[in-house]
Parts: sequence; C-alpha cells; structure tokens
Amino acid sequence: MPRKRTARKKSRGDGEDNGRAARPFWSGTITFGLVSVPVDLYPGNRTNRAPLRMLSPEGEPLSRRYYSQKTERDLEDDQMIRGFEIEKDKFVVVTDEELERLAPEQSRDIDLRRFVPLEDIPPLYFDRSYFLAPSAGSEKAYKLLAETMQKSDLAGIATFVMRGKEYLVAIFPENGILRAETMRFADEIRSPKEIHLPEKKKLPAATVTKFEKLIERHSHKQFSLKDLKDEQTEKLLKLVERKRKQHKDVVEVEVPEREEGKVVDLMAALKKSLAGKRKAA
Amino acid sequence: MTARAIWKGELKLNSTKVPVKLYSAVKDQTVRFHILDEKSKTRVKQHMVEPDSGKEVPAEEIRKGFEVEPGTFVILDPEELEKLVPEASREIEVTQFVPPKEIPPEYYDRPYYLGPDGDQTAYFALAEALKNKEREGVARWVMRKQPYVGALRAQDDHLVLVALRHAEEVLSAKDLPRPAGRAPEKKELSMAKQLVELLKGEFNPKEFKDEYRERVMEFVEKKATGHKPKLHLVKTKRKTTSLNSVLAKSIESLRKKKAA
Repeated sequence: MPRKRTARKKSRGDGEDNGRAARPFWSGTITFGLVSVPVDLYPGNRTNRAPLRMLSPEGEPLSRRYYSQKTERDLEDDQMIRGFEIEKDKFVVVTDEELERLAPEQSRDIDLRRFVPLEDIPPLYFDRSYFLAPSAGSEKAYKLLAETMQKSDLAGIATFVMRGKEYLVAIFPENGILRAETMRFADEIRSPKEIHLPEKKKLPAATVTKFEKLIERHSHKQFSLKDLKDEQTEKLLKLVERKRKQHKDVVEVEVPEREEGKVVDLMAALKKSLAGKRKAA
Repeated sequence: MTARAIWKGELKLNSTKVPVKLYSAVKDQTVRFHILDEKSKTRVKQHMVEPDSGKEVPAEEIRKGFEVEPGTFVILDPEELEKLVPEASREIEVTQFVPPKEIPPEYYDRPYYLGPDGDQTAYFALAEALKNKEREGVARWVMRKQPYVGALRAQDDHLVLVALRHAEEVLSAKDLPRPAGRAPEKKELSMAKQLVELLKGEFNPKEFKDEYRERVMEFVEKKATGHKPKLHLVKTKRKTTSLNSVLAKSIESLRKKKAA
C-alpha cells in the first residue's frame, strides 16, 4: 500500500551509537496456544545493492517531491491525505487513525494457528523475508518455540496486520533464529484455468522418459548460491571503480547529514537484539 | 479474466527446446490508495527537485550517479549503462536440476506460469518428468533487459518458473548470533511439542483470508455513502504468567476443542 510517507523521526538520542542504531521495522507478539512471545521484526532482504542516484546536471543529488496537480505547488507530508477512488476523480478519504482502528487487537498478533511441513508450501506463495528477534524478556519462550519447530521440522502459519496491511506468514527456525516469510493470499495466486492454460492430454510415455533421462543426466545433489550471484551489479561496480581511478566523471558535492549505512545498522541492531542487549527504550 | 502472456521464450535443455509463453502467476489484491492534496482533494504528482532551491530538474537533464562515498559520485552516462544491459535473447536455459529442498524459501521472488507455445506434448512431458523425478530446474534468461535466475518446477500438471533473488539480497541467519538466554527445559520442550502436534496439519492456503482488506473495503464503501462508521480505539493489554502453566492450559483447551 503506498502509504503517505510520514517523515521518519530520527531516533532520539537514547545514548546508544549516537542514535544510529536501527529500530525494529515492527514490534509485535507471536502466540501459539496461550503462549505469547513478544518479538521485533527486521527486514531479511535488501533490495538493489547498487542503487543509482538521480543527479542534477552539476552532479547534485536530487530529491523526489510531491506537488499538487491543481496548484502545482510542492506539498509537505502533512498537506497530503490518502484517498480511495470510488469513481473517476472521486475519492473517499481514509486517515491513518481509521486504518489503525480497523485492525482489532487480536489481528495484530502473529497467532500460529497451524503447523505444516515447510516443503508443503508451494514456492509461488513466498513473497518477502523478515527476521524475528526476541524482545526484552521473551528469550525463554522464543527459544522454546524455535527449538520445538526445529525438532519437528515444521513451519508455523499465521495472519497478522502490520502497518495497514494484513500478511500471511510462514515462520520457521534457521540457525536458532525465527525467519518470517510473508506469503501471498490464495486469491492473489492465479490458477492455470484462470489464464486459460490448456489441460494435460495423454502423453507418449517415450517423451516423458526422454525428459526424465535428461533430468537425471543434469541433476546435482546440491544447489550452490554462487549461481545467484548478482553479476549485473558486479559489472556496474567495476565500471564505477575504473572511472573513479581515472578521475573520470567524478563529482564531489556537499551533502547534508542523513541516515547512512542502513543495512549495516540493521545487522547491528538485529545482532544486538539477539544477544539480548537491547534494553527497552 | 483472461491473462495475456507477458513474454515468449524457449526452454532449452541441452539441445532440446520447448517453446513457452510466460504469464504472471500473481494478482495483487492490495487495496490501492491515492495520495491527494488535502486542500483540493486532487491527485498529486512527483518530480525531482534540487533540494536547496526546490527548482525542478526536467527528466531529460537528470544524470545518474553512483555514490562511492558520502558526497562523491561517479556519473554514468546513458551509453555506459546501455552497455551493461545483457544481450536480448528468447532462451530460458536450464543448466541443472536439483532436489526442491535445495533452494531455500527466502530466495523465491516472483512466480510465473509457463504455458505451451505450440508443442503441447513436450511441455506436459517435461512437467510430468520433473514431477516423477522430484527435481527442480535452475534456469537463466534475459527478459526486458534484466538477467534472471529462476527455478523451473511442476505445479500439478503445469510448469512454473519462479524468479530467484540474488544471493546478495538475502540476509543469512548464519551471519547472526544465536539468541541469548537459557535453553528450554525438557518438560517445557515436551509440552511445546504436544502443542505443536495438536496444531499440525496440511497447508491449506484457503484457510487464511485477508480479513483486514475486507474490513477496509467495507469501511470505504460505507463512508462513500456519507456514513461515518464509528471505530473503536484499540487497546492492548497482556498479562504474563509462567510458561509452564500457559503451555498446560493451551494443550488442555485445544484437546477439548478437538474432542468437541
């Protein structure tokens, strides 16, 4: 949901890392049965390692701004609202508060209602990845849940509302840490019928066997993550490095202070959180 | 709703070729809001401006640069970026087959259905062979100027190609320390195991509905007719009790539910 961008407040100096420690993306509670485990959620994906910045002809980094179609004036965050288009150019305004109140208390909990073998979930469902870390005081219950799931080789399934959207998640342990994979809802996956794929007809056994042999011949026991190397970005970085060494097209501009090294901070915060050192702010 | 193919290609396994069409397997159902100017209740637009002066920079004057350190950019011109684009091709090259468990779930990104483009026999035979052999193909292709690595799978009778994330895009739990705190006790573990067993079942995605989406839409529709439905404030309170007694109570209540 493209929510109105609310200016993220910089962490108020709580004495730690000069306020540079990343805060969890979201905090909530996992429940299974009547057991509740308060957790902090951190993103487990980072997108686009080498984002290119848009610059002015002089090389100054540009900012993206919203402006009114009507007055053509730039708008501040508090001058914008969210609307649902019910007919052309007619909108129903919905506020943050209303969206917040539309989620009943129990819908905010990650209630593990069902445990299933992880490999039973078709990969079509998986969307984004997050890590869950125990929040202050919940280490015991957290470890109990992680270890139990590890031993039974099961993933817990739940739905929960986070930041104005409901998510379906599969939660499973990895190296003693709980990973939460958000999933698409059943009505967000098309069926072959919906896209009019033809149905299977009787097949000549020989053709199937031919493919089976081909599969056998090219089968590997293991999949190497080396196959998932981002070669495109490597190439881009090499080009950047070459130009930098030759002092070609290198511009220096004064930049105002801003949040830096988000990814590094994320890892640092997560590590801290897992080490149980994160004091309640 | 008829879905149109978004791309056409050819699966290539060694020297065998299977022509296919590619369809998006997902339809996003998220409730879409527009950002509006509060005063005029009209849509807003975006543009790029110089942060200090607020002066708009038109698209054709925007340059792209990579920030090598704060404030230092290496500018890349359009020709240089164009050279990085991989060569266009219709080939989806399947390089190897692996057991499905080998690719961790966090690497799966966007799924596509493949449909036969002409030769249906080869298409369905490949799907059946993948199913029989319990294997998943690793495929590479270039689509819309982007290189992809994907997993080729049989989904019932049809073929599915799921684009995979780059290794660099996924944080690994192996790089993180194990959570602190004491190990669970034997009794707690055995009770937790019982509890999980009671909740064990098959994965049935239809069991889970996006109720929040329904609630938001209902609210919007009511509001559109001029009503302003009253919404209650959300409160949160939770009391803490010992893990042991909570586990025991949970098991008991689930057993009762099952027996009923």
